Amino acid sequence: MMNSKDVKDLIDLISGTDIVEVEVERAGTRIRVRRDGGVHPAAAPAVPLMGPAMSAQPTAAASAGMGAPAAETKLPENVVLVKAPLVGRFYRSPAPDAAAFVEVGDRVRKGQVLCIIEAMKLMNQIEAEEGGVVRAVLVDDGRPVEFGEPLFEIEKAD
Amino acid sequence: MYRKILIANRGEIAVRIIRACREMGIRTVAIYSDVDAPGLHVRLADESVCVGPAESAKSYLSIPAIISAAEITGAEAIHPGYGFLAENVHFAEVCESCRIGFIGPSARAMKLMGDKSTARDLVRRAGMPLIPGSRNLIQSEAEGLEIVRAIGLPVMIKASAGGGGKGMRLVHSEEEFGSLFLQARTEAQAAFGVPDIYVEKYLEDPRHIEIQILADSRGNAVHLGERDCSIQRRHQKLIEESPSTAVTPRMRREMGRTAVRIAERVGYTGAGTVEFLVDRKGNFFFMEMNTRIQVEHSVTEMQTGIDLVKEQIRIAAGASLRYDPRAQPPSGHTIECRINAEDPERFTPCPGTITEYHAPGGPGIRVDSAAYAGSKVLPYYDSLVAKLLAHGTTREEAILRMLRALDEYRIVGIKTTIPLHQRVLRDMDFIQGRFSTQFLDGFLRT
Repeated sequence: MMNSKDVKDLIDLISGTDIVEVEVERAGTRIRVRRDGGVHPAAAPAVPLMGPAMSAQPTAAASAGMGAPAAETKLPENVVLVKAPLVGRFYRSPAPDAAAFVEVGDRVRKGQVLCIIEAMKLMNQIEAEEGGVVRAVLVDDGRPVEFGEPLFEIEKAD
Repeated sequence: MYRKILIANRGEIAVRIIRACREMGIRTVAIYSDVDAPGLHVRLADESVCVGPAESAKSYLSIPAIISAAEITGAEAIHPGYGFLAENVHFAEVCESCRIGFIGPSARAMKLMGDKSTARDLVRRAGMPLIPGSRNLIQSEAEGLEIVRAIGLPVMIKASAGGGGKGMRLVHSEEEFGSLFLQARTEAQAAFGVPDIYVEKYLEDPRHIEIQILADSRGNAVHLGERDCSIQRRHQKLIEESPSTAVTPRMRREMGRTAVRIAERVGYTGAGTVEFLVDRKGNFFFMEMNTRIQVEHSVTEMQTGIDLVKEQIRIAAGASLRYDPRAQPPSGHTIECRINAEDPERFTPCPGTITEYHAPGGPGIRVDSAAYAGSKVLPYYDSLVAKLLAHGTTREEAILRMLRALDEYRIVGIKTTIPLHQRVLRDMDFIQGRFSTQFLDGFLRT
């Protein structure tokens, strides 16, 4: 088992670096420390419940390989988050061997396709609601995303 | 057996299903709307997926979102719980076509029994007792009045797709029929998306008695005794108990046999409930069948020792029934009180944050709840906070135990129905088992 000092060490390890996320597994316990600018909603309130599964899996979403809808507090005012409008699988390109719809640094206009989310075998094109420059792509190609999960950061044009 | 199940629900029933899965070694996927992120079901499940915003239509009722969540998590089956999509034939069909197990009856059986009018037809043809009423849907006021004259007042107008008291109107005179007919249609349209209604004879002071059944896909079906759900307000059940003080062993046998025959006739599989109205003379009439696990399933579980949710999952996975109720008869007496976040006098919903929470315990007590200190009762969903159950060797012991547990229960921050339960359980008519579905209305007026 890991103790609170181990967790603190992990946090210390990534603070002051560019590392966003680190996951360590030891003796059946998995700890994932993720910096996403806010508190994971599923971990926020203190519930007086402790079971082996709960202590071994600090966040439920983490085990599904999905990030959580992050808080937007740290984003500059001119940066907007594009969030997943539906549950599904995230694809950055129209076909496996095709180029990505957008790359970091690309200028996009309102209505331009940013990615595809596949849900129930249907490919749903996700379009930019505002024009600007793609500052970050927050999800890896092919990963499942949940409703409200941040996908892109877009710096507004003006 | 399934390795991973998605639970398409929230609140206490999602927690209840997760508990069954954990004991069976099945991994669980919780779904939640964005406002439900702190929900206990999200925290107890192995995985969770946010499927949409607070509004149920875009989250817990969104078939594409839920199927997609099952696909990305690799869930092999979906348990719908009760409410939401539990009796949605289209959802069961989509699951079938996506090769995801639906933990409930086949879409076909659900369709046959889910439409109240079709179900009545089927029961009538099987020669089983039915409340006198319209054979078909009522299209006009004139047509309705014709039926009223044939069967006599008072009558009940009911929504064909109905449930939870929606689209129901009691009619005492021919003059008020027209207006109530329109109201029921409008309400049915709003609640279920179809305005279809029918009319049936209204029994005075009946008991609401329902029979729990279990059926597997190999043609085995059993009944697990009755639940008396007569203590209700506007068709919302508040207290349920088993056995009923109004049911004799002979009635139990006959009602049980009728319920099993109905299940067999439609090729029903899984857990289901056949609801009857029982008149003062002990005659019983088929009312409807609920093709889901019900809120009050826990009464039968405590009374029989059978885990209905586990049985549902086993049966959906193709296993056969394990229980012979004759070899494992129910014993003692069980009472359930629904603790709702409601003003106990006015019954208005009372959402808010539970600031302090302590659930009762000790011998013979069971609490099914998703509440904890700091949890919120959200205005978007139903107001059920907890189901409190007491089991005793006699009805008297169960009542005293329930009163003791209600006294121990501490829920601060919201109003609940606890004070009302305390009054009902001390009422002499209730204690002596003399009550009908009219009990609570009269009780609240005094």
